Amino acid sequence: MPENHGILIVGASQAGVQLASSLRELGYADPITIVGAETHAPYQRPPLSKAYLQGLVTAEALAFRTQDYYDKHAIDMVLNERISDIDKAPDGSGTATATSGRKFVFDRLALTTGARPRRLEIEGADLDGVLYLRNADDAEEMKARMADAGSVVVVGGGFIGLEAAASAQKLGKSVAVLEAAPRLVGRAVGEETSEFFLKAHRARGLDVSLNAKILRFVGDGGGHVSGVELADGRVVPADIVLVGIGVVPRTELAEALGLACGNGIMVDEFSLASDGTTVVAGDCAELPNPMPREGAPQRLRLESVNNAVEQARNAATTVTGGRVPYRMVPWFWSNQGDIKLQMAGLSAGYDQIVTRGSVEDEKFSFVYYRDEQVIAADCINSPVDFLAIKALLAQGLNVPVDRVGDAGTPLKKMMAELLSTS
Amino acid sequence: MPKVTYTSAGGDVSVLEGNAGDSVMEIAVRNGLPGIVAECGGSLACSTCHVYVRDDGHDSLPPLGEMEDEMLDGTVAERRSNSRLSCQLVLSANDHPHVETPESQV
Repeated sequence: MPENHGILIVGASQAGVQLASSLRELGYADPITIVGAETHAPYQRPPLSKAYLQGLVTAEALAFRTQDYYDKHAIDMVLNERISDIDKAPDGSGTATATSGRKFVFDRLALTTGARPRRLEIEGADLDGVLYLRNADDAEEMKARMADAGSVVVVGGGFIGLEAAASAQKLGKSVAVLEAAPRLVGRAVGEETSEFFLKAHRARGLDVSLNAKILRFVGDGGGHVSGVELADGRVVPADIVLVGIGVVPRTELAEALGLACGNGIMVDEFSLASDGTTVVAGDCAELPNPMPREGAPQRLRLESVNNAVEQARNAATTVTGGRVPYRMVPWFWSNQGDIKLQMAGLSAGYDQIVTRGSVEDEKFSFVYYRDEQVIAADCINSPVDFLAIKALLAQGLNVPVDRVGDAGTPLKKMMAELLSTS
Repeated sequence: MPKVTYTSAGGDVSVLEGNAGDSVMEIAVRNGLPGIVAECGGSLACSTCHVYVRDDGHDSLPPLGEMEDEMLDGTVAERRSNSRLSCQLVLSANDHPHVETPESQV
């Protein structure tokens, strides 16, 4: 009888760990091996730009599971090995080879490879002090360098950039944010929310420049960055620069295997890649919209903890023989200093926004409608609204557009009233 | 070391040890305890680490925070007077709380 090699999970990420945990919960009894390129046991990434950077939590506290858990559940965690080559037979089994030469034989393959920071390839890109933030080592380096830095320039006004900027401010640094687009967080939130963040951050003393066309990183003559030069001639002084301009999905292994890739490794609604056997989950996947509706993109890539966890669960179901179409309400959060943003649903294609609460008091929700049906919300310091709208979207319910602005009445109560009268 | 007793809605009891400074949520998640989801990892974003704290052994638990109070209004299982978000229950060495996990978190 041939040896049973079980599943090989490439990528010791949130999705990778969730896939392994869910497989065991579902009764998967074959061997599970997770291979990760980093030296750390799998850990949470979101705190890296926030609590971790501010020195409020240790690296150990970010670990997802204890070694004891992995041992007890027979999950073989292999760290510090980067898979560089995979041979796969049509039945889905094969052998993966790491850069060290170590080989991993598998019956089933899973790719949870995540994403890498998009690099800004301009003059001075290699100067010392030009930093990126994706993993624990990046965060450790940034934290160490931040200690001696007076001025910090953040290139990119997205979630990572603004979170790190707020963290640097808390540490007493002088911080400038340079955003190439006309608004902040343009890829993730609506224009009104962008406008709110601009005002809120400027009111807290953050120096934000929009439409910033960056020419080059300026060096101090000794190989270290000293500033960022803009097209308008301005040079913004910097002891360190953090570049946070988005991520690129890690698709190299999938491409080498001949799997279809677009904006990520393409999967169907069962988290299966184009070969019909390899499962994929997390930031590296291009997937059918898990909350399909008119006006929303049919396929997309989701960079979130929520999707890493839920898609990994879906993939685990597929591996254990189930076929459940992947459906869920995408949600995101971003804590920027004392501002908490929580988003439920995808606002693409909205035709109306209703404000619930007070923008001035920084406690409100922008509720997005399409054809008078709620499709999404951006909630600022309003967790109750966020949770209610997430639940409402999951159940396919609605709150009338002419009622939702009544912030004195809880959404839960409105929903209950509507259910009892319908 | 802090020690936490978790009783699930179905009556399963688990006793887990952690380190001083760990939260009730962290100890549960690190050991893969079902019943506490904690998708947001303790950043007060998801309300999926809801627990009911039993009277015994929690005199010294941190007081209910303002944001936690609000988020407890949005939990899936009903809020009771002893409801807490377990990510906010940071423990010191001598804490031995007993918590019940609700039927459902999401």
